[in-house]
Amino acid sequence: MARVVVDVMLKPEILDPQGQAVQRALPRLGFEGIADVRQGKRFELEVEGPVDEAALARIHEMAETFLANTVIEDFVVKVESDPAKAES
Amino acid sequence: MTLDTVKHATETPDAEQPWAELGLKKDEYERIREILDRRPTGAELAMYSVMWSEHCSYKSSKVHLKQFGEKAPESDALLVGIGENAGVVDVGQGYAVTFKVESHNHPSYIEPYQGAATGVGGIVRDILAMGARPVAVVDPLRFGAADHPDTKRVLPGVVAGIGGYGNCLGLPNIGGEVVFDPCYQGNPLVNAGCIGVMKHEDIHLAKASGPGNKVILYGARTGGDGIGGVSVLASETFESTGPAKRPAVQVGDPFQEKLLIECTLEIFKENLVAGIQDLGGAGLSCATSELASAGSGGMRVELDTVPLRDATLSPEEILMSESQERMCAIVEPQHVDRFMAICEKWDVIATVIGEVTEGERLEIFWHGEQIVDVPPRTVAHEGPVYHRPYARPEWQDALQADDAAKLPRPKSADELRAQVLKVVGSPNQASKAWITDQYDRFVQGNTVLAQPEDAGMVRIDEESNLGVAMATDGNGRYAKLDPYTGAQLALAEAYRNVAASGARPLAISDCLNFGSPEDPGVMWQFAEATRGLADGCQELGTPVTGGNVSLYNQTGETAIHPTPVVAVLGVIDDVTRRTPIAFAEAGQLLYLLGDTKEEFGGSAWSDVVHGHLGGLPPAVDLDREKLLAEILISASRDGMIDAAHDLSDGGLVQAVVESCLRGGAGARLVVPDGLSAFTFLFSESAGRAVVAVPRSEELRFTDMCGARGLPATRIGVVDGEEVEVQGEFRIPLAELRTAHEEAIPGLLA
Repeated sequence: MARVVVDVMLKPEILDPQGQAVQRALPRLGFEGIADVRQGKRFELEVEGPVDEAALARIHEMAETFLANTVIEDFVVKVESDPAKAES
Repeated sequence: MTLDTVKHATETPDAEQPWAELGLKKDEYERIREILDRRPTGAELAMYSVMWSEHCSYKSSKVHLKQFGEKAPESDALLVGIGENAGVVDVGQGYAVTFKVESHNHPSYIEPYQGAATGVGGIVRDILAMGARPVAVVDPLRFGAADHPDTKRVLPGVVAGIGGYGNCLGLPNIGGEVVFDPCYQGNPLVNAGCIGVMKHEDIHLAKASGPGNKVILYGARTGGDGIGGVSVLASETFESTGPAKRPAVQVGDPFQEKLLIECTLEIFKENLVAGIQDLGGAGLSCATSELASAGSGGMRVELDTVPLRDATLSPEEILMSESQERMCAIVEPQHVDRFMAICEKWDVIATVIGEVTEGERLEIFWHGEQIVDVPPRTVAHEGPVYHRPYARPEWQDALQADDAAKLPRPKSADELRAQVLKVVGSPNQASKAWITDQYDRFVQGNTVLAQPEDAGMVRIDEESNLGVAMATDGNGRYAKLDPYTGAQLALAEAYRNVAASGARPLAISDCLNFGSPEDPGVMWQFAEATRGLADGCQELGTPVTGGNVSLYNQTGETAIHPTPVVAVLGVIDDVTRRTPIAFAEAGQLLYLLGDTKEEFGGSAWSDVVHGHLGGLPPAVDLDREKLLAEILISASRDGMIDAAHDLSDGGLVQAVVESCLRGGAGARLVVPDGLSAFTFLFSESAGRAVVAVPRSEELRFTDMCGARGLPATRIGVVDGEEVEVQGEFRIPLAELRTAHEEAIPGLLA
C-alpha cells in the first residue's frame, strides 16, 4: 500500500505556545543554540489503490477540510512510498 | 521599501495612501490630513484607521450611549463609571467589584476555538487592568439553528475554546446563556463577561501622567496576530472578505495569561504603577494613544524596542498587532527595577519602550526616525462621531399586528401535555448541561451557585461569607418585536434572576449586538434599545458601568435580531442565605408571585409549537420588578423560602420543570381561578417568579406579600415523582428528564 504524508504546521504568523514551551525547556536541559521551535502535526495515510492524481486531489481536499484548520494552519501533501511506482 | 517617516510624509504630500482598504471613508481621511496639517505616515494611517473603526471608536453608537451617563441613577455603589477599562462598584466590607461583558462575535465565527478563547482572555485582562483579581467568568452565547450543520462546526469549537482558556486560568464559569435562532446562522454571538474583586484602595486607572515616567510593555512577544483584525474583522461584513484577505487569527496562550495575572497583581500590591492598560483590539495603537490621551498627552515610544515573535514585522504591523497576553504600564523611574524584577520572577518579558513627555504629542520612533507625531486625543477619544439616520422599519407594524394570541391553542389535555414536553425539550428550553459541564464551574472553591441556577454566585470573603451574583439575559425575539421593551425585558430578567438567588442588584454591564448601523432600520433598533435600557436602569436604580457594542452582525442585507445582552451584578451579605432553584422537599408550598396575563408574543411556545414570531412582547412594569426583587431578597434573608425560580421564556411550566428536575422532586399544580391551564403554563408575563415556601413560613410569607401589595397565588405543592396539573395531565419526572436533558446532546454530541 502507498503511504501519503500530510504535514500540518501553524502558519508562520500564528502564535505557537507549544513550540515556545519546548524552546524554553531546551536550555534548561542543556541544549543550547536553538533560536526558535515550531511544532506541527504529521498524518501518515495508508492509501488503498493507486496514488494517482485523483487520489491526491482527494487527499488534498481531505487535508483542507479536516486534517488542517486552514484558517490558522498550512499543510503539505507528500507521497512517501508508492509500491506501484517502486516496481515499475 | 523606504520607511515612511514624518519627514518623508511632509515631503511627499501627494503620495497615494490605502485609506479605503484600511476601512476609512474619504472624509475621515481628509480629517486626518487636516488634524496633522500634512498627509499621515503609514504608521499614523494604521493607527487612525484602527482606532477610528466602529469597534474602537463607537462612532455610530456614541450619540446613543451618552444616555447611559445622562440618565444614570444616583448610586452610592458606583466607584468608577463608564469610560475606564471596566466599571467598579462598592459591595461593602471594603471590597469593590469590577465587571464587564464584551463581544468576540466575528473572530469566533472564523475560528471558533481561538475566537472564543481569546474573547475570554481579553475580558479577563480588562478586569485585571482595573487592579482586580478575576474570580469568575460568564458566557452568553447565541448560535444558528441547533440542527444546522454549521452550528455543529461553530458551537463545539466555541464551547471548547471558552472551557480550554478559562479552565487553564483556573477561573470558574458560573453562568451565561445558550440561545439558538436561525438569525444567528452566519453571525454567532460570543459574548464574554468577567468579574474581578479588589479592595477599594487597589483601583487602578488607565492614564499616563508624570513626565519622565517609563512606558513598559510586558507579557507575550508581539507577532502578526490579527493584524487589522479590529478594523477588518470587527467592522465590516464577511462577504467581501475572501480567504486570501483573511487576517491572521489571534491565538491565545492561557498559561501566559495566568502568569500575567499573578505578575500584575504582585506589581499592584507593591504599588509600582502610575497607570495601566491591557492590550486588546488595536494593540499598541490603542494602548499608547489611550494612555497618553488620558494623561497630559505627551509620550515618546521607541517602537523598535518592542520584543517581536517575527522579526520581519513592519512598524505599521507592530502598531496594529493584536497579539494576546500583553499589558502596558506607566511606571515611575525609581520603581522600574523592582517592576522588572517581579516580571522576571514570573517569567514575563518586560521592556521599557518609551516614556511620558512634557509635550502634548504622541511621538513614535523606529530606529531613531520619527514615524508618528500626533495629538493622542485625536486618535483615541476625538474620533469621528456619526449621527446615523434611523427610521422605524416599514415591516415593524405588520410584525406587531401579527398577534400570537391568534395562534391555535391546544384543544385537549393530551395536546397540552404534548406541547409541554415539546417546549421543555426544544433546543432553547432544554438543559444546557452538555455545554456548561464542559466548563469548570467550581475551581477555586468559592462557587456558590452556577448553571443551571438563575444567577451565578461566588463567595468573595471566607470569613464574612460576603458574595456577589451575576446573571446575563437577552431575548432577541422580544427585541425584534419591540426593541425598547425588549431591552427592558432583558434588564428586568437579569435583575429578577439576581434577586431570585437572594442577592441585591447593584449595577449592570451590557453587550449590544446589532446589525449594520448603515441600515436606518437597524439604527432605529439600536436607538430604541439603548433608550429602553437607559430608562430602565434609571428606574431600577442600577447604573450602567460599561460594556461593549458589536455592530455589523449581518449576512448580506439580513441583520440578526437586535440582541441587547444585559449582565446584572448583585451583592449578598451572606452566601449561606442564597436561594437555589431546586424543589427538593415534599410538602413545600408553591406560590406564584406576580400577575399572569395573556402574553404570548415572542414566546417560546409560539416559536416551538408554531414557528411564529409576531405581536408584542410582554409588558414591562419596573416598579413591579423592584417590588418582586425586594420580596425575594427579604424572603431569602429571613429564611422564608427554600427555592425560587424566575419566570421568563417558556413560562411557568418551564420554571417548574427545571426546579423539579434540579431537586429531584415532583409537583402538583392547580390552575388558579380565572386562568386557563394553557395561559397559566405558557404565558411569559414579566415580573413573576415561583417560590417554594416551607409550611412553617407560609403565613409570614403571605403576610409580607400582602402587606407590600405583591400578588401571591398558591398554585400547588412539591410532592411525588411527577409534574401534575390537576384536571389536565401528569408527566413522570423521568419522561420530563429525557425530553429536557437529552435534546442538546442528541443534536450536538
